[in-house]
Amino acid sequence: MTIRDIFDSMEYGPAPESNVEVLAWLAVHKNRFGHWIDGAFTTPGDTFATKNPATGKTLADVTQGTAADLDKAVTAARRAQPKWAGLSGHQRAKILYALARLVQKQSRLFAVLETMDNGKPIRESRDIDVPLVARHFYYHAGLAQLLPSEHPDMQPLGVCGAVIPWNFPLLMLAWKVAPALAAGNTIILKPAEYTPLTALLFADLSQQAGLPKGVLNIVTGDGETGAALVAHPGIDKIAFTGSTPVGRKIREATAGTGKALTLELGGKSPYIVFDDADLDSAIEGLVDAIWFNSGQVCCAGSRLLVQEGVADRFHEKLKRRMDGLRLGDPLDKCIDVGAVVDPVQLATITSMVDACKDGEIYRAATAIPVGCFYPPTLITGLSAASTLMQEEIFGPVLVSMTFRTPSEAVELANNTRFGLAATVWTENINLALDIAPKLKAGVVWVNATNLFDAAAGFGGVRESGFGREGGWEGLLAYLKPKLKTNSLPQTKAFPEPTTPEIVGLDRTAKLFIGGKQARPDGGYSKAIYSPKGKLLGHVGLGNRKDIRNAVEAAHAAKGWAKSTAHNRAQILFYIAENLSARAAEFGQRIRDLTGKSGDAEVEASIQRLFTYAAWADKFDGAVKSVPIRGVALAMNEPCGVIGALCPDEAPLLGLISLMAPAIAMGNTTILVPSETCPLAATDFYQILETSDLPAGVVNIVTGPHAELAKPLAGHLDVDAVWTFSSTPISALVEKEAAGNLKRTWVNHARARDWFGPEGEGRPFLRAATEVKTIWIPYGE
Amino acid sequence: MQTLTVPAKTQLQLAHARNPGMVLDLDWVASVQANTSAIERRATTLGGRRSVKKEFQAAWLLKAVSMIDLTTLSGDDTAGRVRRLCAKARQPVAQSMLDQLGMPSLTTGAVCVYHEMVETAVRALEGTNIPVAAVSTGFPAGLSPYHLRIAEIGESVKSGAKEIDIVISRRHVLTQNWQALYDETREMRAACGDAHMKAILATGELGTLRNVARASLVCMMGGADFIKTSTGKETVNATLPVTLTMIRCIREYQDRTGIKVGYKPAGGISKAKDSLLYLALMKDELGHPWLQPDLFRFGASSLLGDIERQLEHYLTGRYSAANRHAMG
Repeated sequence: MTIRDIFDSMEYGPAPESNVEVLAWLAVHKNRFGHWIDGAFTTPGDTFATKNPATGKTLADVTQGTAADLDKAVTAARRAQPKWAGLSGHQRAKILYALARLVQKQSRLFAVLETMDNGKPIRESRDIDVPLVARHFYYHAGLAQLLPSEHPDMQPLGVCGAVIPWNFPLLMLAWKVAPALAAGNTIILKPAEYTPLTALLFADLSQQAGLPKGVLNIVTGDGETGAALVAHPGIDKIAFTGSTPVGRKIREATAGTGKALTLELGGKSPYIVFDDADLDSAIEGLVDAIWFNSGQVCCAGSRLLVQEGVADRFHEKLKRRMDGLRLGDPLDKCIDVGAVVDPVQLATITSMVDACKDGEIYRAATAIPVGCFYPPTLITGLSAASTLMQEEIFGPVLVSMTFRTPSEAVELANNTRFGLAATVWTENINLALDIAPKLKAGVVWVNATNLFDAAAGFGGVRESGFGREGGWEGLLAYLKPKLKTNSLPQTKAFPEPTTPEIVGLDRTAKLFIGGKQARPDGGYSKAIYSPKGKLLGHVGLGNRKDIRNAVEAAHAAKGWAKSTAHNRAQILFYIAENLSARAAEFGQRIRDLTGKSGDAEVEASIQRLFTYAAWADKFDGAVKSVPIRGVALAMNEPCGVIGALCPDEAPLLGLISLMAPAIAMGNTTILVPSETCPLAATDFYQILETSDLPAGVVNIVTGPHAELAKPLAGHLDVDAVWTFSSTPISALVEKEAAGNLKRTWVNHARARDWFGPEGEGRPFLRAATEVKTIWIPYGE
Repeated sequence: MQTLTVPAKTQLQLAHARNPGMVLDLDWVASVQANTSAIERRATTLGGRRSVKKEFQAAWLLKAVSMIDLTTLSGDDTAGRVRRLCAKARQPVAQSMLDQLGMPSLTTGAVCVYHEMVETAVRALEGTNIPVAAVSTGFPAGLSPYHLRIAEIGESVKSGAKEIDIVISRRHVLTQNWQALYDETREMRAACGDAHMKAILATGELGTLRNVARASLVCMMGGADFIKTSTGKETVNATLPVTLTMIRCIREYQDRTGIKVGYKPAGGISKAKDSLLYLALMKDELGHPWLQPDLFRFGASSLLGDIERQLEHYLTGRYSAANRHAMG
């Protein structure tokens, strides 16, 4: 083509980024890698190829991690951990700072290698991924520096295992490694099978930052290696980012092991466009939402909800914009969409779209290169029932439907099993700030999309997983309290005497569901005796249907979350006041149930109610210092419906210690009281009845913990489940919770001093809340 | 959409119909939105998304030259100064370089001067197709008596200006008096006759991008052939966010009326690299027709010098010096 021709056609032409340096680095390693264990590469074992998806050519052979490899890595990490944790915060900060600098100094090498291994455009790896990686290490250098003074009562978990996906290989490494190391843990990271190379480059360079050997270990391999890492007994925490089905398996596999767990899973994130939005900007946002990294992004705005009145115009504009997208060589500096990560993924996307029989499919009228590429696609006219409206495609495919009103937009947006991110476009701040808190998502972007920063928590609700990455909230997922705990023996009910002592008028303890006393569905009761053989009363034996009814009642009371914190505080104070008025009676009841004086427990219960009445309007969110002109609000939102199996050993205080933080934060609850001493709880509902507490906020179902745990933890409409029961049901609860990936908080048969400082405070408030980050860029 | 008929005899060869304007549609004006943060984000990331290299870059830079309104708007302009500028417009790049590039005849898009210099410029450009553009209507503030502003247009047209760069009354935008802005634009357009009218919004003085968008629309409804960012005299002149805002309005106007309106960023574009970004933005947002001088111009004076240096670099592989290229 002559210059004259180009002058007339004004084509862009090729603008390739050089890959010479990357090829040189691969050649140094003879295009063959072992694992990175204990500060050195191991000899390559059985290998598999990692390919450039844009060309199909093999970049290098990497080693399939075996059980023996993992043993070696865990041993190295375990050996290195005490010394790493023993460094001062400042010493760890210096090394994290050096890692940040290294990433910056070698930024282009990382970017080019990432693009070659993953297929994403060089613009994305160069301008987004790698800068975010450096930022993450800088930020966590700061957290390491401040950790000892800010959280003197916390300690590292030990050895962490991380399993990360192929869509942001180096960024996900940073999200796992930076907080783990800042907190004093050591780590074994398993990169994705398709994209292991930037992790190996990072490890290779990490020595130059002075990272002690064994602190960071990389074991490559496929899903089997990942599963073996998850199952390894020498691991204290698993951090996983990936698909929801795999996350569910990990939840099941780790159930009852005591391993800490955070999961960042899939999504079908709504992208809501109101009719007063800047439509052209909303369309540009969609380019960043669903065609960023070919839509292979867990938080991709993949579900377009557009207000009916502007829908036709919006779709028309969108199609025109799609036609202008340039697909091509990911190393080209002038393309918008690169390659799909692997032919397997391409086949998945293709078959999902081909199976879609409703709606209207529009494929961008742009040149599609031969090979592992999929055209930007829009499917309009779908309904909520369409498969593609519900299932994550993980490709450059946007599905769309319309809504009429703001409340319908919220309903449609929340009509999903997922809850990772959401985007809202409107020029009306009243509308934006009204909608954002109502969306079931861990992250909400207003008039922007896919904004990330180390200071702002990222993570999901519902089946998008639990835990946050970034910010102090992210660091806490790599820490545990410095507590010496004892094992918790199972409490035994006092036996039925040969001749029970019967006193006074028979009183019937019932269940408490939806503000009403209810007989147990099964029609069975159990006698409760004092240590001396006095018949204290009968307690209903709740069953799965009672749990079901209680969950319904808890949902019917969802208005509680919208009540003001002041109002919730008032009610907690009032409950304390009414309990205080009957303190003597409750003290006597506890003495009868336990054989020990109950006055101290009643007094502690009153104090605890005061504690959470106090906290109700003081567990503040934050405004995060993110690098945009705008604010990122971290709002502490209630989890929703919390089920709790209460401690047996402190029949009143234990129940109140779980109930009060939950309802103070706006949750509604299903409480299963002490199995052996339930009558303090059933007396307590009389207090609740007279304390202005709305019906359904607290529901009490008595009965055997081992039986009630399963329907409660397995209920798909419960958002969190806690157990502090002395019955060993932690494994059961965690396993059943996998069904909808609800958050769990379990005791693993370890005791907790309900009378002491560990019986209350921030850990309870954190368990009762989810951090939602709302990004609001501004400027006129 | 109802359009008004305006006699459209034109001397310039156009690939499209002139904008006849339309009835003022206040509902449309009120519905326009412009989200500043989002527009800035798009503008900021553009440089990372588009890159033109080697012979493509050379061709694009030559294209940029062909769309420059080579401008002098100084109080100390003289006939001699204007003749020198016109000579540069005829021969913007050294002939030897143009020959090597295979583009032997290339001129700038126009020469842009004050009214007093129009005749000099017209004479200096005789024998070429380079039009003379006159800034008008009390440029740059637009606050001289209204009848004189209208009369000024007629004087410049009489002197041979083929293009008239009018300035709008910013106060009408700042007080949201769209009717007044529309009436003024229509009357100025009528005064232009066959000469093409570029409406200068002085975006740096309009306060918000929303105002920029609304003023853009009203000027197009009033019959502007081009909308132009700035006089070059405001503290902030052409920027990418302002450009994005204005060209999205041009697209919207075309969608509703079928009429293509031109765009001219002016002031502050002095680097070859910046000119490539503007061209990429026009290509991506509006398409190929806006890569021709009848729909796109750069209002610039020092841009050409940087382009010449980049072209020499392309030809020789060596970075160039300003003194190697003829002054305008």
